[in-house]
Amino acid sequence: MHIPDGYLSPQTAGGMWALVIPAWYWAGHRVKSTLSSRQAPLVAIGAAFTFVIMMFNIPLPGGTTGHAVGGTIITIIIGPWAAVIAISVAIVIQAVFFGDGGILAIGANCFNIGFILPITGYFTYKLLARGAAPKSPRRWVAAGIGAWVGLNAAAFLTSVEFGLQGELFNAADGSALYSPYGLATAIPAMMIPHLLIVGAIEAVMTSMIYVFLMKTNASLLENYAGVKAAAAGGFKLKPLIVGILLLLVCTPLGLLATGTAWGEWGTKDISREIGYVPEGMASLAGRWQGLLPDYAFPESEEVAAAGMGGASGEESGGSLVAEENAAESRDPVSFDGMRESTPAYVVSGILGLILVTGVALMAMRMLTGRSRGKEHLG
Amino acid sequence: MAEQISTPAWMNEPGKSDSLSMSAGRSRRESAVQKTIMGMSEAIRESVFSERIAARPGLLQETDPRIKTIGLLGLLIATSFLHTWYIVLAIYGLTLMMAFASRISLGFFIKRVWLFVPIFAGIIALPSLFNIFRPGDPLLTIWEFGGELTLGPWSLGTSLAVTHQGLKGAVLLILRVATSVSLAVLWALTTHWADLLKALRVFLVPRIFVLVLSMTYRYIFLILGLAADMFTARTSRMVGSSSPREDRRFVASSMATLLGKSHVLSEDVYSAMISRGYTGEPVILHRFRTVAGDWLWLVAVILLGVAALGSDRLIG
Repeated sequence: MHIPDGYLSPQTAGGMWALVIPAWYWAGHRVKSTLSSRQAPLVAIGAAFTFVIMMFNIPLPGGTTGHAVGGTIITIIIGPWAAVIAISVAIVIQAVFFGDGGILAIGANCFNIGFILPITGYFTYKLLARGAAPKSPRRWVAAGIGAWVGLNAAAFLTSVEFGLQGELFNAADGSALYSPYGLATAIPAMMIPHLLIVGAIEAVMTSMIYVFLMKTNASLLENYAGVKAAAAGGFKLKPLIVGILLLLVCTPLGLLATGTAWGEWGTKDISREIGYVPEGMASLAGRWQGLLPDYAFPESEEVAAAGMGGASGEESGGSLVAEENAAESRDPVSFDGMRESTPAYVVSGILGLILVTGVALMAMRMLTGRSRGKEHLG
Repeated sequence: MAEQISTPAWMNEPGKSDSLSMSAGRSRRESAVQKTIMGMSEAIRESVFSERIAARPGLLQETDPRIKTIGLLGLLIATSFLHTWYIVLAIYGLTLMMAFASRISLGFFIKRVWLFVPIFAGIIALPSLFNIFRPGDPLLTIWEFGGELTLGPWSLGTSLAVTHQGLKGAVLLILRVATSVSLAVLWALTTHWADLLKALRVFLVPRIFVLVLSMTYRYIFLILGLAADMFTARTSRMVGSSSPREDRRFVASSMATLLGKSHVLSEDVYSAMISRGYTGEPVILHRFRTVAGDWLWLVAVILLGVAALGSDRLIG
């Protein structure tokens, strides 16, 4: 599946670089936050392992041999983000030192095999193995299916990249400039063997490795869960506080926004827009009053209403959540009204932020608290 | 008292004891295990060999790694933009000249590139010669069907022919692949791997990636050694041959074991790095210095690349 140089037009190869660089950046960021200084050796040795197992010949029925990528099993163990970097590094080394795959095609190969394969493989595994007991057969079946899905997703993308060359890059006389086949040929030519044979090898090998590890080295399979729990335990408050302060500073900006936030119409807006208020809506409106209706103190409500246009008191059911900015309806700003309403608006913002942050922190504590006990790094 | 020693019957059966003989791999199909051991030793041998070429005095070996990387990559990009086959051929000629000036045996260089190209480019390009896969003006008609031939929902047309366009496209594809591979091989053969990775810093590759790349390259050989040992140990304990099923199980369990070993290794390496004062920020030494000759080479390469692209546009 490694695309050599010469098959892809520079436009396609360049486009794939543009896709893979943000993927690497994001993966690198995630790895740094979960593994900190441990990342370099783990990723490097993961990459070396990936490189080596791609060299293993697997005996197939009928006497031939094939290769596996092993992308999904490595992802299950070191986690999807570290695996993105590790597989990409293995691909770079294969291309540069061993001539396997092109240099300009590194972008495409890393996106297909280094990004799409582990991400789709891992999340398929996660989805299918959710809630399965540690020794449940569902786990190794999920690993096999994940490997099959990941490999075929990568193969499909590769075949589309090949097929686009035949569709788009032809000389004036109709001769091919790069890979000569269109999508209608490239996709079946690539997908039939991958769906039936190559994917099956990958799935069977992944399941067999998984079963072996279940029996002999079960803690390795829990490695990534451990790393994630430890990273969540070391939660950093600073970025959160900086973010909240930034939101607070920006709060008054909301006063400048005109119009109503889409979908947050009050009954008055509705009747203005569509000419009537639906019966069900009218009966529900006003059942719940916000703490600070219309983001204004009750006594200055009239001033605020005058200043900020037609916002209605009945609609503010969502006001506790839609706190930070332009959630309200107002006509072109009148500065008199704005001066009056600003303090109430900022207080609404602060209250909302405190509430939302509190709820988020509580939810996080509930979600991570369970795994707090096992803060090992594998 | 004399002990009865008898040869087990299966040992006398031809074929079963093949793996006992040293030449077993050649005479019958090689077992997957043997193939893997061979592949691994080949990889190690090749990289040792290329380090030896990188140590020879020659044009590209003496060029600053960063300048060389920019120049060869520039040519690679220029090659990917070309649309005329003989201009690609000219660039291929240029790689041969550079290989000669770098004291790489041309026989070795050509063989290394052209052993690879037919397998990948040749097989893929072959069907595109025919009008069944890509329409075009017939150049050589092989078979007149005598009426339209259909295969299920697909129409195969009225004849099987090699097309003019198919041939042109295939020649361009094969030459382009060969030239690209030649440029990559030149780059890898004439540069020490450590310098090659450091040269990536020119392209603003983050230091942490350069560190990871160089660690990976080093540990590949350690892990290759571990894997080869596991395979050899198993082969040395075997009498007779094993079924593909058994082999598959062995390959899977050795992959799993290797995964466990690699993980332990990474923990050990991490502790070792920490004990030496590693904080997460790698430090990389630079000892590159460019001389006038480097810049001269780069200017020449850029001029050639631009000339190739320019003439390609004029002709095309």
